[in-house]
Amino acid sequence: MGFHMHGPGGGRLDMDDISFKDVNFKHLGRTKEFLLPFWWQLSLAMVLVVAIAALGLEGPVIIGKVVDLIQLSDTTNQQLYSLVALYFGVQVLIAVLRYAQTYIMSWTGQKILYSMRKKLFVHLQDLGLDFYDKLQAGRIMSRVTNDVEAINQLLSGGSLSLLSDVVTIFGIITVMLRMNSRLALVTFITVPLLFLTIYSLQGKMTRAYHKTRRRLADITANLQESISGMRIIQAFSREDLNAERFSNTNEQNFRAQMEAARLRAIFFPLVDVIGTLGVALVYYYGGIRMSLGDTLVSVGTITVFVNYTNRFFWPVRNLVEVWDLILQAAVSSERVFEILDTKPNVVDKPGAIDLGRVQGHVEFKNVTFGYDPSLPVLHNVNIEAKPDETIALVGPTGAGKSSIINLLCRFYDVQSGQILVDGHDIRDVTIQSLRQNLGIVLQDTVLFSGTIRENIRYGRLDATDEEVEEAAKIVGAHEFIMRQPEGYDTQVRERGSRLSVGQRQLLAFARALLANPRILILDEATSSVDAYTELQIQRALEKLLKGRTSIVIAHRLSTIRNADRIYVIDHGTVKEVGTHEELIAQNGLYKSLYEKQFAGEPEDYKAAPVVDMTEAKARLGGHSQPGTGVRVAMENSNSADH
Amino acid sequence: MKTLKRLLAFALPYWKAYAGALIMVLGVTGLQLMQPMLARWIVDGIYANHQWSLLLWGSLAMTGTAAASAVFGYLQRYWMSWAGQKVIYDIRNRLYQHLQQLSFSFYDKAQTGQLMSRVTADVEQTRMFLSNQMIQIVAAGVRFLATFCLMLSLDWRLTLVAMIPVPVLVWRAEIYAMVIRPMFWSIQQQLAVLTATLQENVTGQRVVKAFARKDFEIKKFERDNLDLMEKNVNTLRASAFNDSLMTLLTESSLAIILLWGGREVMRGALTVGTLVAFNTLIVQMLQQVRMLGMWISGATRTIAAGDRIFEILDTKAEVSDKPGAKPIPKIQGRVTFENVSFAYDGEHMVLEDINLDVKPGETIAILGGTGSGKSTLINLIPRFYDVTKGRILIDGHDIRDVTLDSLRRQIGVVTQETFLFSASLRDNIAYGKPEASDAEIRRAAEAAHIDEFIDSLPDGYNTIIGERGVGLSGGQKQRVAIARALLMDARILILDESTSSVDVETEMKIQEAFNKLLADRTAFIIAQRLSTVRNADRIIVLDKGRIVEEGTHEELLARGGIYTAIYNLQFKGQEENELRNESATAEGGEK
Repeated sequence: MGFHMHGPGGGRLDMDDISFKDVNFKHLGRTKEFLLPFWWQLSLAMVLVVAIAALGLEGPVIIGKVVDLIQLSDTTNQQLYSLVALYFGVQVLIAVLRYAQTYIMSWTGQKILYSMRKKLFVHLQDLGLDFYDKLQAGRIMSRVTNDVEAINQLLSGGSLSLLSDVVTIFGIITVMLRMNSRLALVTFITVPLLFLTIYSLQGKMTRAYHKTRRRLADITANLQESISGMRIIQAFSREDLNAERFSNTNEQNFRAQMEAARLRAIFFPLVDVIGTLGVALVYYYGGIRMSLGDTLVSVGTITVFVNYTNRFFWPVRNLVEVWDLILQAAVSSERVFEILDTKPNVVDKPGAIDLGRVQGHVEFKNVTFGYDPSLPVLHNVNIEAKPDETIALVGPTGAGKSSIINLLCRFYDVQSGQILVDGHDIRDVTIQSLRQNLGIVLQDTVLFSGTIRENIRYGRLDATDEEVEEAAKIVGAHEFIMRQPEGYDTQVRERGSRLSVGQRQLLAFARALLANPRILILDEATSSVDAYTELQIQRALEKLLKGRTSIVIAHRLSTIRNADRIYVIDHGTVKEVGTHEELIAQNGLYKSLYEKQFAGEPEDYKAAPVVDMTEAKARLGGHSQPGTGVRVAMENSNSADH
Repeated sequence: MKTLKRLLAFALPYWKAYAGALIMVLGVTGLQLMQPMLARWIVDGIYANHQWSLLLWGSLAMTGTAAASAVFGYLQRYWMSWAGQKVIYDIRNRLYQHLQQLSFSFYDKAQTGQLMSRVTADVEQTRMFLSNQMIQIVAAGVRFLATFCLMLSLDWRLTLVAMIPVPVLVWRAEIYAMVIRPMFWSIQQQLAVLTATLQENVTGQRVVKAFARKDFEIKKFERDNLDLMEKNVNTLRASAFNDSLMTLLTESSLAIILLWGGREVMRGALTVGTLVAFNTLIVQMLQQVRMLGMWISGATRTIAAGDRIFEILDTKAEVSDKPGAKPIPKIQGRVTFENVSFAYDGEHMVLEDINLDVKPGETIAILGGTGSGKSTLINLIPRFYDVTKGRILIDGHDIRDVTLDSLRRQIGVVTQETFLFSASLRDNIAYGKPEASDAEIRRAAEAAHIDEFIDSLPDGYNTIIGERGVGLSGGQKQRVAIARALLMDARILILDESTSSVDVETEMKIQEAFNKLLADRTAFIIAQRLSTVRNADRIIVLDKGRIVEEGTHEELLARGGIYTAIYNLQFKGQEENELRNESATAEGGEK
């Protein structure tokens, strides 16, 4: 993508129309790394599968013997009983073995599934934000759930049934040839017919299945989008047109489903006919041999052959389905390994030290950085924040402010130069210990499902309930939390249980406060809150910034004013540094930015009367910060003077 | 049963296909039963009596019946799939249309994930039942009876003896169905939990990293993952045990036949052919019993799924057209709230006793704290919710007396949450007016200051955005949403904090465009910027659901109430800065 924006959020592998011609089976082979730890369970399962298939072949042979035996005049009941007992014994053995095999295999399959998910998840935690920028959340999720499941389907289900089928087919062929090769060969006349059928329909069926899955995914996507966008749909009266579009998608799914259904309806009966043809051939040729006085052919032999022929055709029906599983698993494993092959962009250096609790001295020394190394977004940046200082980053959108924050958190590593925290290059310390010293409040507040309490506690897992509430009180969130139906135990659900943007932000503040970081990083929201909340947030902010080093991407005038130093960033370089007053006096970029950003209407500001702040404060129901109040009062008097 | 009846009502229009499929099933059953009989005839009639001349005929008959059965089988499968797919096609469309009618209040409560599972998984379950199982149940019953009768007619004593394991089979099947259902259900639940954990982790990755919570997250996922694995293993073990036992029971029937039948043959009371036929028949019959069990449990699942589907279909839209509602004539733009009160739950009033008369062309700015009822107030105008008390008039029409469609088409809305669809930019902008010309779309984009950006894209207005396309930044999305609302060219505009994530420069440009647009339209704006608030013809301040102050900027400032307080604390700084700049420039000038 040559233009400036986020990527499309998916790669070739996420295309709907991934053609099976492109399927790369290489990755399927790599899944063995997940299988190896379970090699003996898998081997045992395979041995059992072969044993069951072999024993399964024994059944018809015994029945055939029974049939022949009872036709003889000198058979004793005892002989019959022991044969039947043998038959039943074999069946019991098969049942036990099958239970053991299925159990071992499902246990192993689930273990593999579990370990794949675990490995993916752990790996995802290490992957850098660049990865999350590139691949959309939905796609990542689908790889951890659906793709892993598809691989498991093949590994624990498909592959064994394939093995069992192959063993059965070859077993049957061998036994039939050994029992009576002529009769066997005649029966096998049907095999080419079978292959012809499979050959002519297999490809079509796979494609048809693939198409039905895609069409069904279309329906799901359409529904998903309609349900999440229902408010817009209704606000714009789009119901009729949408119903028509949905109906179209629905119709296409119907067509695809019918195409697949038609092929299935042809395939399975056709295989049945061919199977019966085989049986008829056994009866016919067997009869002819008997009529010719061939002593090697008895009614018992024919019974065995008929049984075998029937069994021969069962696995064949499965093969089409197994082939489909293989293709799915091949695509899925490629997707899974794409994630596992992605290297984390930032890793602990060997021998990285624990940073411990820092003073909070932050320094950027000649830092140059680009998400794409050939296109640096930061050039030779020098920034310093001494312990307990607040510095503000100001600049137009895309200037590189967020990149500075990303580097300090070590979401990315610098290209050249270095970032020091208390004099340690942050690449020399463990990522974990660095981030434990940092607190970040982002523009878009992320809340996790769970209670309000749990969300605040995310900042410090061992915090007591009192500490959680204390933090909420300090940032001014306590009041609205208590107004929620269940106070701190209110669930924060999908729609945030009607929590407003401002309220969510206050929760994020409480979370950050509870973490009590030495260094606070704040990405201020532009203006996403109403005036009241804005006020609350400002107060909370002052509490939050106190007594720690703070680096703020600032949009609020108050934050900028109160900063110890303002860094004006433009086109990836620090253009101006200084306090608000100094910078205004410089009459440079800062001033023009400032004018644009905070320009009110030029006319009659003088008309504003001095108001009684005590009353205003009372009305706002807050105990406003003395600092704020004083400043406002002063500003009022100033303006009144003019 | 009621649910089943209602589901069957969906199938009724396609009864011909069902009937056809049923006839075909019976045909297939009959032909399949003929196979063992033919085998018996070949063994007893031809082999035993050395009637070799008939051998070819016997074999041909066998192949012939199979071929006929295949033709029947094809038709049966095809018709069944056709009918099932048709029914599900209808149900999906019905569901979709109904979902579109359900009001905002429904979506406030509903979770997307749950709704999705109903319209996908439950519908799929229903499809399996209606396209296959329903007929198979009938067919399995018929096959079971037919096989049973045939066996009885061949040798009733052998039949009864062979049936000994059947009660055990049925009993086991019932127990299994009872045990396994809650197990499957808990797997589904656990899978949902795991997916939710994963989703939050992926979408909240920045926070996870920022708080160094990797280990905590891994532990959380690990717990859910392990739980899911255990539930799966337990379920699979139960089903493995059941499968093995069922197969063994079937085989024991076969053993009984061999034992008893073998003795009978030796006594000369039974022919070998009959025994061979029994051998096949008993396997077929027990298969029917097992399948019947499977399908009946499928039927109970379908009823549960049907219940969930009908729960949606039975939910009444809280806001809908009154019988005989007429379209509202072209709106002039007068909006009147008369003693309006509103509660989401009918109890706790969010708005109380609102009286407001807005003249055509007026711009109203709404201010108030979180939870003061600002968004609720504006949501009542396009009837996203209906008032609890009082009434809202537009041009003198009670909005509950006119059609929703005509009302909403004439109101442009930009909501707080920007939602765009995975479609081209053109389609997104023209969302409310799909027939809009390219020129109109371009004009709207220009007014929202998104045109330059769109032109910079290689595919321009045809660029696909969203899940499957190009990602837009928050500000870009918001501007597209504004263009979308502007294109409606509505007499009434509603803007809810609509420029919050646009950068300042752009916001100013949009603001300019707005000022032009708002000139002759009625507008309700929930705003944060002083300029918007000032330019409004009237400002209303809401507190705890009531209008506490109302008037122009100057009037409200003069009153020295809440507005003044907000103004001083928030907007004053914006002016203050003006002042300083001026003096700074002045000083600079003097030097």
